[in-house]
Amino acid sequence: MTTKELYKTRPLESWGKAKEIRQNYYRDYAKAHEKGGLRWAGGAWTFGAIPCGLGEDVWSITSEPYGASIAANKEFSQKCLEATEKAGYARDLCSYMRNYWGSVILNEYAFGGPFPKPDFLWQDHICCSHAKWYQVVSDLEGGLPNFCIDVSVGPYHEITKHKIDYLVNQMHDGIEWLEKVTGRTYNDELLIEAVYNECRSTSVWAEICVLNKVVPAPLEEKTMYSLYVLGTLMKHSKIVADYYEELRDEVQDRVDNQIAAIANEQCRLMSDTQPPWGFLSLFRYLEKFGALSVGSLYTFGLIGMWEDKPDGTWGPRTTPQQQGIEIKDRDQALRILADWNLSKPEWQHFYSPHLKTDMMVRIAKEWKLDGVMLHYNRGCEGLSIGIAENRLGLIDAGYPVMTFEGNMGDEREFDLSKTMGRVDAFMETLGYKK
Amino acid sequence: MFDKFKDWERNRHDYAKDWQQRTGRKVLGYFCTYVPEEILYAAGVLPVRILGSHEPQDVTEPHIFGMFCPFCRDCLAQGLKGRYDYLDGLMIAQSCLHIRQTYTSWVKHIPIDFTYYMPHPMKLQSPRALPYLIEEIRVFKKAVEEWTGQEITDEKLQNAIDVYNENRRLMREIYDLRKAGDPKLTGEEAMEMVISSQMTDKAEHNEELKKVLAQLPSRETGRDIGTRLMILGSENDDIEFLNMVESCGATFVVDDHCTGTRYFWNEVEHNGDLIEDLAQRYIDRPRCPSKDWEERTRVEHIVKLANEWDVKGAIVIQQKFCDPHELDIPAIRKTLKENGVDNLFLEFDVTVPIGQFKVRVEAFLEMISEEDLFD
Repeated sequence: MTTKELYKTRPLESWGKAKEIRQNYYRDYAKAHEKGGLRWAGGAWTFGAIPCGLGEDVWSITSEPYGASIAANKEFSQKCLEATEKAGYARDLCSYMRNYWGSVILNEYAFGGPFPKPDFLWQDHICCSHAKWYQVVSDLEGGLPNFCIDVSVGPYHEITKHKIDYLVNQMHDGIEWLEKVTGRTYNDELLIEAVYNECRSTSVWAEICVLNKVVPAPLEEKTMYSLYVLGTLMKHSKIVADYYEELRDEVQDRVDNQIAAIANEQCRLMSDTQPPWGFLSLFRYLEKFGALSVGSLYTFGLIGMWEDKPDGTWGPRTTPQQQGIEIKDRDQALRILADWNLSKPEWQHFYSPHLKTDMMVRIAKEWKLDGVMLHYNRGCEGLSIGIAENRLGLIDAGYPVMTFEGNMGDEREFDLSKTMGRVDAFMETLGYKK
Repeated sequence: MFDKFKDWERNRHDYAKDWQQRTGRKVLGYFCTYVPEEILYAAGVLPVRILGSHEPQDVTEPHIFGMFCPFCRDCLAQGLKGRYDYLDGLMIAQSCLHIRQTYTSWVKHIPIDFTYYMPHPMKLQSPRALPYLIEEIRVFKKAVEEWTGQEITDEKLQNAIDVYNENRRLMREIYDLRKAGDPKLTGEEAMEMVISSQMTDKAEHNEELKKVLAQLPSRETGRDIGTRLMILGSENDDIEFLNMVESCGATFVVDDHCTGTRYFWNEVEHNGDLIEDLAQRYIDRPRCPSKDWEERTRVEHIVKLANEWDVKGAIVIQQKFCDPHELDIPAIRKTLKENGVDNLFLEFDVTVPIGQFKVRVEAFLEMISEEDLFD
């Protein structure tokens, strides 16, 4: 039987703190005006460190995690999706976006009360939907100041000075624009602090993911979803950077004491792209086979920053502070921020699926995987781009691959029982039984 | 009068292979009309745009997830079926995610001598786009020089720009004739003309355009013009569809497609450095929605076209799953309607249900006519 308990396990002690940070985030955004502060909206990948220079009373809502929060509430999500479709938008567009727009159209905030209208929009653009998302938000809100930075300059290994200049010059323009639309004077010290925090939080998240190379894995992906999300909310904040260090220490302790994520770990998998958020029970179902997902390029590389280590393994990117770099002015801070973000693993596949396949094969080897579950996600063209080529590449590399079709944020396009049936067949193929 | 264009469009592979044979030079296939073709032409290379064949196919499923647009899958199918096996090179200028997959799968699975992914700014409204694109064109020029062994001198580049500008100017003159009560050509003919320009030597195409222009003002088509329509939206080379609509008592007089006006609308203006002039042209051209933000400049441009060409109705088409257009279409349809242009939305696939679409088009045309009755 594969369900035999082989390892000790226990819940994460810092779990409650993660939950509290997330709750405070959505509350602070909603109540920002009550405190005389500002609200802005933008994507999880946007350069959130930059608006930090406007003051310490500036709060954001990042669109993708907000769309995912709606998706987890199936009833509200259905209302949002239908409201968006009624407004004339296509049903096959990004489902985060459609949930988000629906919340704006209905004027209902997923965390209670009316939708808190942002004072300005601050976005970046790598996927076809990113800039256009906020073009529509501005339409729906009757016109909002909107600034978007184009980051689509090619993969990191081909980065040149003029490409960095393209980003940095847009960032400088963006700061001038922020001052103009808010009437505030920009504080470079706050920017520099935010850049340090972002580098720290995103590198430490990668450190945490590295700890999952160990057998038994101290974390499984369903839990990781609730942890990595903090980086998607405010990767530039001290709160998140400090929390990730605390979490890293706790996970290290689990590794040292062989505290497993699941007691019966026998089969190690990874997933890909966002999961169907309303159906995370799928990950619990894996446990019946002694299987777990130890992560994915998505959970590792959406927020985590990585580099090749001297021993040839994949590990956390060395931060400017670890290199002894002191950031002295705005331009230097922006250059570091641009370079740091352009190395994001989840940005590379926008230029070639084969770069992503290479990273996935690397994860499969270093995290000692037995197979891969690819979510052909109809809800996100940005992360599903090239996924069929990834499948071929993983098979070529010798890894068994199971695919399942679904949608991260539109439950009408996911069939749980059918997917569980596919898991059954996949597990049988791999030689595991319930 | 337009038979030559039709022949080139329908027998595109024969043309390219013959050109390759008779000139002994290279042919490069490209995706997306943001490719600065002038650089290739200056190096003696024939750039040909890769389009689909509108046939059901079963070869792309292992390579591109079915939620991406049918056009990108149809294009890849052409490569996988070996229909472009004569190509010496392949490239893309960065645009939407959909067609990018065609390029990356093609490069992986179909051996080809030269491949080039050209980064291209998406935020064309930023003043930072110009210096960035200038540098990217310089890098591209160098890559083409290395590939072909041909130095692209200013003289060669100026000649290429002149040939391309002439092509744009001549097609625009023909489009201008369509403003008249009798537009002299059908939308189908116009589309064949523009598409054929994307896959032939522009110098030859120019000669044919001149012949047509000389005859066009006195042309008697003998057909009822019917309702003046505009067609706009995603990539569209579905000539059968245009033919069907124009057989229902209507004529397309203008378009906003990358197989139409968006491709040739503006010329390279000479202000100094040729590369800088070229970059400015690709920034200023009527935009693809994927590159039109934060402002929606397309909407104003489309309304202007509708007014100048005296359009009574518009057919807004969208390749299934085409996100960039899906994100613009509600705003465009609303603005057209506010400006008195009724419009019909249709979703395209590799093949379209021509019978069903005909019923919808006829109903749409009838609706527009009814409105005229009570004006």
